This record gives sequence, structure tokens and C-alpha cells, in this order.
Amino acid sequence: MKTLVWVEHDNKVVKDATLATVTAAAKLGEVHLLVAGKGVDGVAAEAAKIAGVGKVHVADDAAYANALAENVAPLVVELMGSHDAFVAPATSNGKNIAPRVAALLDVMQISDILSVESEDTFTRPIYAGNAIAKVQSSDAKKVITVRGTAFEKAAKDGGSGTVEAVASTGDKGLSSFVGAEISKSERPELTSAKVIVSGGRGLQNGENFHSLIEPLADKLGAAVGASRAAVDAGYVPNDYQVGQTGKIVAPEIYIAIGISGAIQHLAGMKDSKTIVAINKDEDAPIFQVADIGLVGDLFKIVPELTEKL
Amino acid sequence: MKILVPVKRVIDFNVKPRVKADGSGVDLANVKMSMNPFDEIAVEEAIRLKEKGAATEVVAVSIGPAKAQETLRTALAMGADRAILIQTDDEVEPLAVAKLLAKVAAEETPGLIILGKQAIDDDSNQTGQMLAALLGWGQGTFASKVEIDGDAVKVTREVDGGLETVSLKSPAILTTDLRLNEPRYASLPNIMKAKSKPLETKAPADYGVDIAPRLKTLSVSEPPKRSAGVKVASVDELVGKLKTLGVGA
Repeated sequence: MKTLVWVEHDNKVVKDATLATVTAAAKLGEVHLLVAGKGVDGVAAEAAKIAGVGKVHVADDAAYANALAENVAPLVVELMGSHDAFVAPATSNGKNIAPRVAALLDVMQISDILSVESEDTFTRPIYAGNAIAKVQSSDAKKVITVRGTAFEKAAKDGGSGTVEAVASTGDKGLSSFVGAEISKSERPELTSAKVIVSGGRGLQNGENFHSLIEPLADKLGAAVGASRAAVDAGYVPNDYQVGQTGKIVAPEIYIAIGISGAIQHLAGMKDSKTIVAINKDEDAPIFQVADIGLVGDLFKIVPELTEKL
Repeated sequence: MKILVPVKRVIDFNVKPRVKADGSGVDLANVKMSMNPFDEIAVEEAIRLKEKGAATEVVAVSIGPAKAQETLRTALAMGADRAILIQTDDEVEPLAVAKLLAKVAAEETPGLIILGKQAIDDDSNQTGQMLAALLGWGQGTFASKVEIDGDAVKVTREVDGGLETVSLKSPAILTTDLRLNEPRYASLPNIMKAKSKPLETKAPADYGVDIAPRLKTLSVSEPPKRSAGVKVASVDELVGKLKTLGVGA
């Protein structure tokens, strides 16, 4: 089976989400990559070095600069003439593009896979991860998105893929990119961080979030996450959200502070290796999944913890 | 401009789903069912656009069992004008849902179709994008802000790195994210009024769409369980534990 993997990038560097996707695709067969963007020679060269990669298809055109699904999907469909599976990370780009590709190919997509059981059988989470379904696809071609935390990352070096330019399918004129407000942070990215410090409604306001959570995170070199409640209340921007519909994370250590542990939040972090919970309510559901719990007032505990670590 | 809002009847978001002992699925017998929360946000957005004068009519559509009528009545009570139920007891996959909705769209010719970004039961996150593909329309997925300006729809999207804004040509597809709005509760008088709003019932066959599933569910199982660990009594003890894990050492 020949797979075509969507390379997640920002026109400058390959994003880590690509690496786990390559691992998943390699379980299906030959791995070819698609780099679609503008001015992506550097990205293509970097992608070609990923271990196990064969061909790297590069489509360099302004129409692809912002990964607009309306422009990218026809390109993927064209390449799918000579591939058997389109495999994308379950990032916001992957989730936006893959179903558009699937419908154009008349294929039922398999979203957010956790494992590859065989060429046509996969497991995936349903009901916020409260159940795992094993599904078998009867479609001749497969369209798949991959949960990054469920697969090891392929090595960034060691591969020697051949880069091949593909013709642009052009701008379909259905949508245009207006602008972006991308959070800038010196901290590690949430989805690839080894340690995450996450805050919830217990912080009470944005000021407390910044003055308590961030110093602890910085001390630990950790990424900062948040519960939906904290994001909805405006303490932090949307890209901090961990949960069923936010980011799915599985760090070595996840420290949940003032987070009660709604099932939607647990869905996003319960695969973390070690979960630490700090909460004043000893009956909070977060303690049912925490490896280490401390019941008490976070306003006293967190500064003390930051100081003593 | 007419707005079409597809809604799905799903397990209530407060209910903890239980896997059936025989591994055939999730037990939904005697479980509270509600409108998918993202679809509520979609209905709310459509109604707000109508209230602002940007839309003239809001039509809710559901594909599901007879009981999905309740979900449609909820949409009508919130303020939708009429409803269409495509009734089937079969499980309908996102691809087939999108095909049915494409047929409804061809009949209704809406300027906008607003869907929830995902249903909280199958967590597929596909239908809106698939529908956009089938109709050849632009798609503004994971929307947190929508502005209509003549023929253009400006959509702010929640993406991995923050926010992104795209401009779509109408007609277009939107899928809602959590921050788009806070859905209203239907008032009692509006619930009463909703009972007399038109609700048309159709069958998938009326649209000539094959809804046979492409994915076969072989089994449904419980995820690996995490058990509660230890509680520590003090920050010092916590620091000690963290240090043994190599944190802050």
C-alpha cells in the first residue's frame, strides 16, 4: 500500500505532528509525503530526511500558503490517483482538509486513529475517549487522521526521500486567508511538551492564572494548558485548551491545578504518564485519575511549590 | 438569505457513557439524550444572524430516529422557523449525512449552512467539511466569530496556534467551535409555540442516497483504566515525589 502523508508545517519548518503520522502510515506501507505551501524548499528538504520516507511531493504555490482546504483538497485528490491512503495528523489543518478529501474521493474517513490493526482495520476513540471502537473500512482508498499521542515519533534524520515537484491545482477562489493571531510563546508546544502545567476555573481570573501557573511552568520548562472553563472565562486564549475538542496531550507529567476533571477535560490528558492534581475539593473527579494528589488551597500551594522546586 | 442548520440527537454531555458488556457499542438505553452541544451553538448563531437581519429564515434538519423530532423541536423553540426530519433507525455515517444534506441544500438553496464541528458521540469531525466538498463551497471550520458582509462571510477560526481569519464566498459552510456564542435557553412560551411550527418528515430513500455504512464496527471496548494514586499531605512531600520523577531536580 502506498500512503500519502500530509506534512504539517508553517512554510519554514516541519512540525512534530508529522512524525507520529509517518509512524502510523509506515504501518500501512510505503510512506510518501506531501508538502504543500509557499516557499517550502526548506520544509521539503527537512521532510525528506525523516526516517523511512520515500518520495516527497512538493506543491509550491501561493494558493497553498495557508493550507486552505478548498485549494489543498483537489491537489490531494489528484495525488491520490497513485496512492492508496491519505494520512494526516489530527491537527486543525488535518481535521479541516482530510474530510474534504474523503468526500471528493467518496470515502468514509477514519478519524483520530489510535492504532493500525491491519491495512483496513483501526481503533479510534469515541464518546470523548470513554470507549474505543475497532472499525474496518470497506473503501478501496483510505482517508485517515492520526492521534499524535498514540504513535511514537519517527526519527527526524536518517531518511533519504526524493523530492519531486508537483503542479499546482490552483486557487479555487472559494476562500481567502485574511490574517492570523498566533500565540507567541517561548514555552514548549503543548502537544509535544514533556511537562505540562494546566490551570482551571479554580484560578478565578486571568491575573491569577498568569501569576501562579506561568512561573511554575517556567521553572519546570513546561508548556501551559488550561481547561475549557478557564478558556471560556477568558483567562487564556483558545489554543491553551486541553480536552475532547481542544488539544490531546500525553506528556510525561501533567500537573492539573484548580481543574475539577470533567470527562471532556480528562479525554484530552488521561494518557499522560503521570498526572498530578492540586485541588481544594477532595472529591473532585480529577483525583480519580491522578497518580499524585494534593488537596488544599492552590493560592498557598502553588507559590510554595514554585519556590521549592 | 436562508440558513440551514443540521442538528444531531446525541447522549447528553453530562452523562458518562458506558460500554455494553458484549462489546457491541455504548449503552444508550434509558440514557438522557440531548442536542449535540456544538449544534446548539450552530442554531444559536443562525438565530442571531436572523435577529440581526442578515438572514430571513432558519431551517433545522436532523437525520435520525423518530425521537430526533424532540431535538428539532428544541431548535424550533430556540427560534428556528421550520424543521425537516430525515427519519431512519440506521446509524448514518458522516459521509452519508453529508450526501443527504447536500440534497436538502439543493432543494432549499441556503446562503449558509452552519453545523457543529463534531458530534460528541462519534467524535468524527467530518460532516461539515464533507458537505462543503460535495457542494463545492468554501468552509469555515471551528468558527469562533462570524461576520456577514454582503456576499462575503468572514470567519475567525480556532486553530492549533491561536486564531485565523478567512473570508468565504457565499454560499458557504461554517462549523462551530465552543467560543462562537452561548446558546439561549428556550422560554416556556417559545417551547409551546414550537409545537405548532412546521416539521416535515422524510426518508433517506426520498433523496435517493445510499446510506449503507462503509465502516464496520468490529468491537467497542473500554479504554485502559487509570486508577487513583496516592494523596500527599504537604508541598514538601509533593516536591519529593516530583523530584523522584526527575522534575525540578
